[in-house]
Amino acid sequence: MSAVTDARVTTPADARKAGNWLLTATAIVLSVWVLLPIYLLIVNALSSPGEVTAFPKRFLPSFDLGSLSFFINFAGVARALWNSVLVATLTMILAIGFGAPAGYALSRFDFPGKGTFRFLVLMTRAFPLPLLALPLAVMFIRTGLDDTAIGLALVHTTLALPFAVLITFSLFSGIPVELEEAAWTLGCTRWQAFRKVILPLALPGIAASAVFAFTISWNEVFAAAVLTIENRTLTAFLLQSLGESPLYLKFAGGAALVVPALIFIFAVRKYLFAMWGIANR
Amino acid sequence: MHGKALPYLLLMPATLFLCIFFLYPFALVAFEAVTRDGAFTLDNFRTMAGSWKFPVTVRNTLLLAAIVVPIQLVMALLMASVVSRLETGRSAALYVFAIPLGISDLAAGLIWLAIFDQSGFLNTLLSSLGIVERPVMFLGYQSKLTIFIAVALAEIWRATAIMMVILVAGMGLIPKEYYEAAEVFGASPWQRFVRVTLPLLRPSLQTAIILRVILAFEVFAVVAALGGTNLPVLMGETYNWQFTLQDRNVAAASALLILAISIGFTLFFLRVLRVPKEARI
Amino acid sequence: MAEIAIKGVAKRFGDFTALHQVDLTIADQEFMVLLGASGCGKTTLLRIVAGLETPSQGEVWIGGRRVDHLPPRDRGIAMVFQNYAVFPHLTVFENIAFGLRMKKLPRQEIERRVNRTAELMHIEQLLKRYSGQLSGGQRQRVAVARALAMEPDVILMDEPLSNLDALLRLEMRAELKGVLAGSKTTTIYVTHDQVEAMSLADRIAVMHQGRIVQAASPVEVYRNPAARFVGSFIGNPPMNFLPATKAANGNWDVAGLALSGPKSDRQKVEFAIRPEDVDAGGEGLPATVRIIEPLGPHTLVTCDVEGALFRAVLESGAAIAVGDRLRLAPRSDRIRWFDPETTQAL
Repeated sequence: MSAVTDARVTTPADARKAGNWLLTATAIVLSVWVLLPIYLLIVNALSSPGEVTAFPKRFLPSFDLGSLSFFINFAGVARALWNSVLVATLTMILAIGFGAPAGYALSRFDFPGKGTFRFLVLMTRAFPLPLLALPLAVMFIRTGLDDTAIGLALVHTTLALPFAVLITFSLFSGIPVELEEAAWTLGCTRWQAFRKVILPLALPGIAASAVFAFTISWNEVFAAAVLTIENRTLTAFLLQSLGESPLYLKFAGGAALVVPALIFIFAVRKYLFAMWGIANR
Repeated sequence: MHGKALPYLLLMPATLFLCIFFLYPFALVAFEAVTRDGAFTLDNFRTMAGSWKFPVTVRNTLLLAAIVVPIQLVMALLMASVVSRLETGRSAALYVFAIPLGISDLAAGLIWLAIFDQSGFLNTLLSSLGIVERPVMFLGYQSKLTIFIAVALAEIWRATAIMMVILVAGMGLIPKEYYEAAEVFGASPWQRFVRVTLPLLRPSLQTAIILRVILAFEVFAVVAALGGTNLPVLMGETYNWQFTLQDRNVAAASALLILAISIGFTLFFLRVLRVPKEARI
Repeated sequence: MAEIAIKGVAKRFGDFTALHQVDLTIADQEFMVLLGASGCGKTTLLRIVAGLETPSQGEVWIGGRRVDHLPPRDRGIAMVFQNYAVFPHLTVFENIAFGLRMKKLPRQEIERRVNRTAELMHIEQLLKRYSGQLSGGQRQRVAVARALAMEPDVILMDEPLSNLDALLRLEMRAELKGVLAGSKTTTIYVTHDQVEAMSLADRIAVMHQGRIVQAASPVEVYRNPAARFVGSFIGNPPMNFLPATKAANGNWDVAGLALSGPKSDRQKVEFAIRPEDVDAGGEGLPATVRIIEPLGPHTLVTCDVEGALFRAVLESGAAIAVGDRLRLAPRSDRIRWFDPETTQAL
């Protein structure tokens, strides 16, 4: 026995072990690649304005809230933050309100025109949608929607709606039709069956797709910059002040954009597949 | 059962919405691009193409896509393989890799600005290692190459996640038995990846590549944050035509060009990576 | 009192006809099994009775009331689904109480019924659990209890045992029979398993390609198949068929054997016999033994009778070897004849 071990034969177990090490190492390297840049931004955001512009840099934050308080108190920032939240919330409501019924219809019915609708939804993904803000800007001026939260939310809904449709479609498809049918045979109307059986089961997923819609709007830059002037969202505000604002303002603003995004993605992490798994079809 | 009208009723809000905010503005863009003061003309395209910036803009955009997308594809495949092979920490790794999915392109630009800025972390590192004596100006107007590299890195960092998630979802659809069968027939891990994973992953690869290429042509805020006007790209020029130069017909022409390139590449990849229905899982 | 009458029900999905003009009457408290291979239309028929599918034409009557335009909830039915459809977000108690709450029954009545049916299905100790904490067999019991708690006139069951493993299936089959006999409901039960059908049914409706081929008691279906399909579908191994030609004296010539048979204008008919209804030896069909499968209580012998496949179930221990030439004598009272054109029994 010992003679064999001494000969250092590479057994499959050894190879597997080496493979596992390599796998873990790769995972760590890739994680560092993703996390390190975010960490560096946070270091900047948590340093005083003086430290941010100083050279050389420290790689640890000083936990000075100078940059952040400067950012918060900077003229227009509080309003921009509020606008971002408002637009994103409206987008979320519109996208789910329009998207979920469509997702339900696609998952439960076979009807003429179904293919056309799916094509329409999928087609939106082949287009650089923010560009559509350009013609809409004119339309909005005519209808009084220019520079309003609802106007921008409508454009953001175009971005978020296809996702809402696809995600809710996959959610509802994942709930067996039999559950609904069982509810019907047990005395439910269609609406009662939906409310008592389907909705409770789909709710976490619907919430996740709502968060996803919120994130899409929260992050969108181009349409926001095109469509808002007075009522800028945070992204539009940061974009338009890129030229003149000091570094520490940019970094604090960047952190203000990133931190909620981290939370959003954490909240929807279980549903990332639902969002894209179905999109393969 | 409400008969045949219910699915249409459920689809109506989403359909109407997409007609008003997707198809209609799309038609408007096309119309504005080929008219001026109501008359048909190709002048808008001539003006656009005649600008001295135009060739640089197109070259930058295409070059960026050509360099960024293949690197992202490889990294996304690597990430997806790591995630689907990890036994412990699988969901943690997936979450970390997916984080950039929730980060706006503007924030990503700001994150990499913290690294590449003259007083940024890269210079700090280089000077503490004694490689440079004084901080280098990476993002100045004379250093086009480093701006390009910074933008490419930021894009790779930001948008690999979206491909990764699609590919992980796609890998999840491949039954384990195929790998076991391949292993029994003597395929090495690399051979299994090339002979089993890649071919079966083709639908997902197609989706991921198309989506990513379209997004690559939309690159805007990352460039704005890192390069300002030193690295003109198509989307940025469109924005300029609309706002700085106040000519929305040319802006529309420019938008149409981006649409055309996007559609062209979508069709190209649909054709090249086509998977016959019978050959799907 | 709930007699079910299905009158001229047809169902088309686009170009595909799932059901052609089906007529079937099920008596009050009768246990009717719809038996057929997958795709024969049995589940579609059940779903039409349930109201989950609308017929393209025809009428459905339950308890003397026409119901084909009514939603499922107004038909006085309860249904057990193939995959049980136990609501995952509700406890077992709430699952069983679900339909009772929809009926707005008083609280005590709901509790009484839930406890009674839970006891009947031996799941009293599971009432606080969720579906995810139950085994397949337990889920099955919940689904049946949920249907019984409704005290419906009619219970519809769609392959309720097909997702259980063999042993559990056997156990549940016997239990279902007892419980349903006690519940005094009319039952329609869909299955593709002929043993299940035979053991449970008062009557079996054998379905094939969207039609009911025969509706009769299990013994009748087995002994006197109304069509060639029934004989070939029911029984394991299935019936043997051999060509027969008209011979002298009104007899029929089957592989050289003269047998008295039906009067028919046709020159050729089909002779049929169940594998267990032949005896080795004597005057019989000339058979060459190809395969011998000892099955314990008896031996299955696969033979060649003038080029046709012929199976015989013989006593175990019979001294037979592959290649032997046997004489297999059909028991005359068990011989059946089919018209080769219409495939109907003669």
